[in-house]
Amino acid sequence: MSSSTDWPLWEVFVRSRRGLSHTHAGSLHAPDAEMALRNARDLYTRRSEGVSLWVVPSTAITASSPDEKDSFFEPAGDKPYRHPTFYEIPDGVKHL
Amino acid sequence: MATAAAHTAAGTEPGEAAHPAASSARTAEQQAAFDEAVAADERIEPRDWMPDAYRATLVRQIAQHAHSEIIGMQPEANWITRAPSLRRKAILMAKVQDEAGHGLYLYSAAETLGTSREELLDKLHSGRQKYSSIFNYPTLTWADVGAIGWLVDGAAITNQVPLCRCSYGPYARAMVRVCKEESFHQRQGYESLLALSRGTKAQHEMAQDAVNRWWWPSLMMFGPPDDESSHSEQSMTWKIKRHSNDELRQRFVDICVPQAESLGLTLPDPDLVWNEARGHYDFGPIDWTEFWAVLKGNGPCNDQRITQRRRAHEEGVWVREAAAAYAAKHGKATA
Ligand SMILES: [Fe+2]
Ligand SMILES: [Fe+2]
Repeated sequence: MSSSTDWPLWEVFVRSRRGLSHTHAGSLHAPDAEMALRNARDLYTRRSEGVSLWVVPSTAITASSPDEKDSFFEPAGDKPYRHPTFYEIPDGVKHL
Repeated sequence: MATAAAHTAAGTEPGEAAHPAASSARTAEQQAAFDEAVAADERIEPRDWMPDAYRATLVRQIAQHAHSEIIGMQPEANWITRAPSLRRKAILMAKVQDEAGHGLYLYSAAETLGTSREELLDKLHSGRQKYSSIFNYPTLTWADVGAIGWLVDGAAITNQVPLCRCSYGPYARAMVRVCKEESFHQRQGYESLLALSRGTKAQHEMAQDAVNRWWWPSLMMFGPPDDESSHSEQSMTWKIKRHSNDELRQRFVDICVPQAESLGLTLPDPDLVWNEARGHYDFGPIDWTEFWAVLKGNGPCNDQRITQRRRAHEEGVWVREAAAAYAAKHGKATA
């Protein structure tokens, strides 16, 4: 199913306001980075949803496999002591 | 395929085919994981294993939805140059531009399932994939723009709000974005109809005539009755669909009746009456022969819509080629 005439796919990340990180908004096709930015502006910020945009070629993203979901993230599963709620503190102790 | 690592479906593992027994055990395991995720109201994401029929159903539905958005630009764009004021013109342009955006969100969602933009457009142009029949009706007067916003976008919203919780993640996320934008579409239509309804006698009549023509086709937008709807039950189990066609249609009728009263317009159905026992409005029979005829290509504008779409695509070839050539020359593309 290789598509000969489709422009490359880009992933679009939008910073909705200063102080927040860029968040994935969606994807689009564009011939180059500059056009990808312009298309992203027209497609994802028509109502002032963003103050900054990133476009990343979709092919540049390496993703973890959904199949190894359990084993890949397993190391964090048995370490509840990484969370503050793991610890018992006597009632009345403040600012802790 | 031009999709990203982040998008592509998980492939067959090497050597799997050599061990059919091991492979079918693996499939049963994957099917069980899928069923469990859907039952638990979790979202299915592009690289998760999914049944082939689930994938095919989603491609068909999302493609049809995307095509409807972009074909739907035509009947309304018909009035941009003749909008009665600069205000209405700016609003209508923004709405038509939104519909293009909705099409693009949805095409992207469909592409995460392993199809390509080129393939989708090709299937639209060759009639192998459909778009909503509502767009095969003509926009005869300016009031049609208001009636479309109120009724057609209104029916679309009723259909789309539950789709925000669809089991397929990319489709659900696209619908969240679409629904946020649709409410402006419906309100501008309502406001425009209200202005006409409260205007001169001729304006009022024009508004009423538009509502008369758009009411029944809008009710057909929810699809055939539940007992004749071929895909409904499986889609409900997969949580692609959350409510039946008849349920959504009833919800829409109940919403519209008081809105029509506030507009000072009537809905063209003598059987429309409040049913105390059901807690809903009863309404008259829908002409399903008309629905099937339009779906099969015999609506007033089927040929016009597809011809126009093909022409726009063909006339844009040189622009796409020039942009690709520019990108190749300046070496910025990363195909
Ligand atoms: Fe739309
Ligand atoms: Fe709309």
